[in-house]
Order: sequence, then structure tokens, then C-alpha cells
Amino acid sequence: MITRMQPVSRCLGWLPLGLRHAYAVVKALLCGAFLSIALTLSAQAAADLDVNTPAVAAVKASMQSRHVQLLPYFQSGAVGLTADGFVAVKEAGLVPLSQRSALTALVKDENADRTNLYRGIAAANGHPEWEGEIQRTFAIRWIDKAQPGWFVQRDGQWLRK
Amino acid sequence: MNLTLIKKVAGLRGMRTAGMVLVATGLSACVTINIYFPAAAAEKAADKVIDEIWQVPAGQHPAADQPTVPATTPAVPAANQEPKP
Repeated sequence: MITRMQPVSRCLGWLPLGLRHAYAVVKALLCGAFLSIALTLSAQAAADLDVNTPAVAAVKASMQSRHVQLLPYFQSGAVGLTADGFVAVKEAGLVPLSQRSALTALVKDENADRTNLYRGIAAANGHPEWEGEIQRTFAIRWIDKAQPGWFVQRDGQWLRK
Repeated sequence: MNLTLIKKVAGLRGMRTAGMVLVATGLSACVTINIYFPAAAAEKAADKVIDEIWQVPAGQHPAADQPTVPATTPAVPAANQEPKP
């Protein structure tokens, strides 16, 4: 009987103590709740990623003007969108020999700009470590937004949209 | 009596440590929130940037601009023509 009663009496000893310091307990809980609300709000305020810094805008303008040159290659299937957020020459045979070196340079410049874009957005938002995640997000969205007939890479294979 | 006093003091200390642990948990939660990658925001930003680069709404912009242009242009010739006769 005594051994059974001991744990109960121990519990009863804690109960009034907890009640006596209920104020402290409530204060701590309220503090925690307030902290989490404030932090959630600040996290939501920062939920929009900044894509309008001068560096990012410059890269966007450069890519915008290059897109006019790349567009016929996307449409013919000479160039496709890779699964990792870049562009690649998919079928060089579709391009006249004289234009191939220009196309290679175009793809190289486009990919350099894309790297700068991903890195720039991550840096603009104070999180350079987000570059990989931003690149992955873009990779999916480039492919989703690609026009019908363009070639996109999925699971290591080229597919025509 | 002494034993109960010691128990009370120990209980008080326990409460304090519990409070400290709570605050520490709150603070660590705050750090965790900031480290999370805002996937939805990134997707939104990507859509915006891609639309700008590929000029996807190009087909929508002229359509939106056109109604405003004819609406203003007939008003001007009409005003000019009326005083003539």
C-alpha cells in the first residue's frame, strides 16, 4: 500500500506548486505564443522574393533580348530546356553548319545568364544558400511554361511538349 | 520541515528551468522559420521572371491597349469635324 501511495503523493506535491506558479507558467506560454506569432508574421512579410534588384534586372533584360534569337531554335527543336534549369543544344543537325558556332555561343551565354539569375535572386533576398532551390523551382517552371512543340528534358529524356 | 523546504526550493528551480527551456524552444523555432525556403514565393517569383523574359503576356498586352486607343482617337476627329460645317 505504501509503495503504491508514494507516486500519488509526489504528484499531489507538484500540483499545488504548479498552481502557485500558474502566473509564471501562463506568462511563459504567452511569451512563446507571442514570439511564434511575431515570427510567423515576419516570415510571411518576407514571403515575396525580391526579383527587382539592379543586378537581377540587368540579367533579365539580357535574357529577354536573347530570347528573340533563341526562339526559332526552341521551335525547331534544335535547343531544348534541361531538367536542371538550363538550355542545351538538343539537335545540332537542324541548324546549318555556318550557324552552329553562333548557336553554341548563344546557349553558353544563356546558361551563364541563368546561373547569374538564380544566384542573383538568392543574393537579393539575403540567402545565397537558396541558389540551388531557386534553380530547381525555375527548372520546373521553365518546362511548365514552355510552348507546345518545344523540347524539354524529363527523367534524362527529351520530350516534345 | 527542512525536507519540505528543500523540496519547495527544488520545485521552484524546476519551474525556472522549465521556463528557460520554453523560451529556448521559442527562440530556436524562430531561427528554424527563417531558414525555411519559401517554395511558394519562389514559384511566384519564377513565374513573374519567366513571363517577363519570354514575354508570355505579349498577346494580352496589345489586346488590353487596343480598346483604349480607338476609344480616344474617334473622339478627337469628331470634335474637329463638328465645328467645320
